[in-house]
Amino acid sequence: MDVKAGVLEIIKDVTGEDMSNQMDENLFDSGLLDSMATVEMLLALESRFNIQAPVSELAREDWDTTNKIVASVTALMG
Amino acid sequence: MPNLQPYADPNYFVYLLLALVPLAVGLYFGKRFVTYEVLVSLAFIFLIFDDKSHSGQGLALIIYSIWQFLLVWGYITYRKKQNTGMVFYATAALSILPIFLVRLSGAGIFHAQLSLLGFLGISYLTFRSIGMIIEARDGAVKDFHPVMFLRFMLFMPTLSSGPIDRYSRFAKDAAVAPEREHYIDLLGKAVKNLFLGFAYKFIIAHYAEMTYHYFQGMAMSDAHHGMLLSWWLIPVAYSYGMYLFFDFAGYSLFALAISYVMGIESPINFNKPYGAKNIKEFWNRWHMSLSFWFRDFVFMRFVFLFLKHKWIKNRNTVSTLAYFVNMLVMGFWHGLTWYYILYGFMHGAALAGNDVWIRFKRKHKDKIPHNKFTEGFAVVLTFHFVMLTFLVFCGFLDTFWFHR
Repeated sequence: MDVKAGVLEIIKDVTGEDMSNQMDENLFDSGLLDSMATVEMLLALESRFNIQAPVSELAREDWDTTNKIVASVTALMG
Repeated sequence: MPNLQPYADPNYFVYLLLALVPLAVGLYFGKRFVTYEVLVSLAFIFLIFDDKSHSGQGLALIIYSIWQFLLVWGYITYRKKQNTGMVFYATAALSILPIFLVRLSGAGIFHAQLSLLGFLGISYLTFRSIGMIIEARDGAVKDFHPVMFLRFMLFMPTLSSGPIDRYSRFAKDAAVAPEREHYIDLLGKAVKNLFLGFAYKFIIAHYAEMTYHYFQGMAMSDAHHGMLLSWWLIPVAYSYGMYLFFDFAGYSLFALAISYVMGIESPINFNKPYGAKNIKEFWNRWHMSLSFWFRDFVFMRFVFLFLKHKWIKNRNTVSTLAYFVNMLVMGFWHGLTWYYILYGFMHGAALAGNDVWIRFKRKHKDKIPHNKFTEGFAVVLTFHFVMLTFLVFCGFLDTFWFHR
């Protein structure tokens, strides 16, 4: 399964924004991902990629852009 | 032996900085003298509690530390083999138990017996240990290192009132000495923080507190005439708002400066909070280490649990509920009084209301103007709302209405 396409789709579901042209846009600073949306995204990533996403101690600097989310998910998939 | 309350007067800084010189020299040359660091930390903690009026608190701190040590050690050991919700919740409850009892005594329940458990810093130390237990539950903390645990729990610069650090972050800094260039940067920041802190705490907060007391006096004279409200409550709110910010931000700058000298980058606590455009942004700028702690360990976990198990389907209902839970828990943490709880309730309601407004705005994008003027209005509105909540928070209304 293509991780990048899946992540983009989930981000679009949660934030309403298509980030495919702004893969390095900071999702927290721009206000697209608030805490609520972050949890929704993590839950969606969990079920889609069968990973265990860290809720507490979510190192935000590893999850703040679409590119980094793709990398973090890939790493969690092992 | 002198008695030294943290950051209370200029002498404190002289003694503390002198004591830290060997550590700083070591860090400059890329060596971290852990034993010396621990000794300085313990010595300055000892100096907080070394006179008659504080010695009981010192004993309470020792008992408290042993209690948390055993709980965290026990839980991490257990968690390696098993992971049930029951044990997690029971451990978390036992970890919160001391501060819960102290808060009961603060509210006048079993006062004499339970007040013995309290000491300066108990509310901040609780975040350190309960945070570790939650991280262990999530698998973010895997091993128990007794020495690192105690260095974290009893890290002196932030002992009395934060900023609240996280174990994993702290341990990363504390395990090594920073790169020399980076450490020089840190020392530069420390100097800047110290001087800004002096201006904040010893000058601005000092005068703000005087005006706060003056306006309280004026309001009380209205109270003595039997009035239920007084115009003087307005300047009480604003002068308290100024006092609280400059006192607390000043204190936080000191705590950070001393942390930096010790080569530990504790998280910052304030970032121009009175310039926030809405209440959510306010909490991203005000007492940040506390509000981020609550965001990560209360709000997000609550939302995660509710959405995962689909206990409530509607996401907006979940987030509204989570805002109230989050801010009410924060209110209770401050103390079991009607004004702290009301303060939490007001902020919960404001956060939920802010979300409703943002959803409404998104739906009617084309009809609602958004420009420099509306942004300025939002800043002003947020500021005045916060001042209103601080009037509740400061507790003066309790005196004004019920202890005339």
